[in-house]
Amino acid sequence: MTPVASKLYTDDVSLLMVLIDTNPFFWNSINSTLSFSKFLSNVLPFLNSILLLNQLNQVVLIATGYNSCDYIFYSSASQNHNQRAESLLQKLEEFVAKDESLCREDSVDGPGFSLLSGSLSMALCYIQKVFRSGPLHPRPRILCLHGSPDGPGQYVAIMNAIFSAQRLMVPVDSCILGAQHSAFLQQASYITGGVHLKPQQLDGLFQYLSTVFATDLHSRSFLQLPKPVGVDFRAACFCHKNTIDMGYICSVCLSIFCKHHKQCSTCGSVFG
Amino acid sequence: MLRKETNGEERRLNRDEEDEEEEENDRGHDAWERTYADERSWEALQEDESGLLRPIDNKTLYHAQYRRRLRTATAARIQKGLIRYLYIVIDLSRAATETDYKPNRMVVVARQVEAFIREFFDQNPLSQIGLLTLKDGVAHCLTELGGSPESHIKALMGKLVCSGDASLQNGLDLVHSLLNQIPSYGHREVLMLYSALSTCDPGDIMETIQKCKSSKIRCSVIGLSAELYICKYLCLETGGSYSVSLDEPHLKELVLEHAPPPPAIAEFAISNLIKMGFPQRAAEGVISICSCHKEAKVGGGYTCPRCKARVCELPTECCICGLTLVSSPHLARSYHHLFPITPFDDVAVSSDPHKVPKNCFGCQQSLLAPGKRLLFLLYVIMIRDE
Repeated sequence: MTPVASKLYTDDVSLLMVLIDTNPFFWNSINSTLSFSKFLSNVLPFLNSILLLNQLNQVVLIATGYNSCDYIFYSSASQNHNQRAESLLQKLEEFVAKDESLCREDSVDGPGFSLLSGSLSMALCYIQKVFRSGPLHPRPRILCLHGSPDGPGQYVAIMNAIFSAQRLMVPVDSCILGAQHSAFLQQASYITGGVHLKPQQLDGLFQYLSTVFATDLHSRSFLQLPKPVGVDFRAACFCHKNTIDMGYICSVCLSIFCKHHKQCSTCGSVFG
Repeated sequence: MLRKETNGEERRLNRDEEDEEEEENDRGHDAWERTYADERSWEALQEDESGLLRPIDNKTLYHAQYRRRLRTATAARIQKGLIRYLYIVIDLSRAATETDYKPNRMVVVARQVEAFIREFFDQNPLSQIGLLTLKDGVAHCLTELGGSPESHIKALMGKLVCSGDASLQNGLDLVHSLLNQIPSYGHREVLMLYSALSTCDPGDIMETIQKCKSSKIRCSVIGLSAELYICKYLCLETGGSYSVSLDEPHLKELVLEHAPPPPAIAEFAISNLIKMGFPQRAAEGVISICSCHKEAKVGGGYTCPRCKARVCELPTECCICGLTLVSSPHLARSYHHLFPITPFDDVAVSSDPHKVPKNCFGCQQSLLAPGKRLLFLLYVIMIRDE
């Protein structure tokens, strides 16, 4: 006789990991047309709507800060349902204050880079824990609400996270909140089979979130979701950081160069 | 007194301590009896919430972690051969019809090679594989060197017939002639899955081995029956690894060990600058004629930056101009071999409850339950490796 629980975990139960960008340098810069409080007032009803879609849906919120990342909210934690928004906002405030205290620089030029690789790794750790908890679990996916530009120093870590997500078969959806495109998130969504969206009117963010990102993985096959316009897979050369479409690769360390060199600057091998 | 062995798993784990244990345990019990009399394995079982039995495989888990740690610790700063040209030689002689692996050795080997091919292209996107078979004393080429897993797997899943003897020398000769044609920056490798206990050679196999050694081909062998001197000699001379599998899970482990790039000897491959193209992916709805299938296709292909021909998938060589086409994620897949993660240290839980964090930093699992050590940090490595 099968236990009752297995009948309730149908195909459309989802575990949604939401990674929100709390980089203060981005939210105050010219790249963001939305204010942070307006952004939160769009995200909170979206989280509630996910929890209303199915009794067993779970939502976990992780904040991507400038210096650190942390868990802000779990829907599975036993707490008073009426106090959900209050506890979430309180924890978010504490996180932002802690993140600010970790900041070692006095001023930063431009919007700065938020720690996307850190929050992606934490989300994947949580998903791995859910997979190991037994055969009955909701289907996980990750949603990145990101606006800061791509940090080139995080490239290897983000690509590792993307390949891990691909192996675990976890789609990474991304919604770009700023003015700039993010090549990392475009590649992430393409490689893992997620949806990438850059909304044109951020005032209606809740509408974009609930029509594009709210559906579970099983039902996505019945919907017409935004298709990628074209993914930029070009690489950046190591010498000038220009995007190139034809280049030279060192056969030892796979560094990319735009012109022929006598010696590899990364591994020191001399080219015969 | 005859030592009766338990299953292959325990045998493997006890390999290192075998000498010590032999004296201690030579009491009245055989090894298989001890599982019931002394160890009482049934008491270690646990039930989960729904009443189903939860399998306890702590031993294999710790063993796997131990091996992984050894591997990462030794391989941290060693140069790896990232552009590999690997030939897999499958033994289809009479010995492959033995049924000690269920249903027979040939089917098990084909299954493991298929899993290996997928894992290999996942970890080495710029490399190529070819398949060879040894049958009736002759070596045949099953598939040519290619970078796409589907063609190899299709050939493997086709009808495979076993007969005759295996000839190690003919296999090595064929590999040698095929690997002579590859570019000089590539690393040449052979992986032989050998089931037979003998080899039927037309000439002097020692000469062939010396020829392979001077052509810098790294030969590894995985035996399915027993250890053979000639295979051991071959692997020793060419710098490969020789292992013999005990049962199917062990065979899987041994085969998959060859998927990550092996340590490279610098003189084996000349370092060179290879010209490569990074095509853009076309938008949906664009109609063009595909150069690999020679028919019109709608949307979703890649355009060669040099000759603007359309190709269907990456990585590949452009059919028209011969430029190697890759995408930056393919190169990024190999970076984790170049910058491996440092292995984490195992920290024992201290007796002071204030020093221990209440929840795991990564996944927020409670650490207060008894018996849980701070091993959860190691799960981060496992995500990448699994």
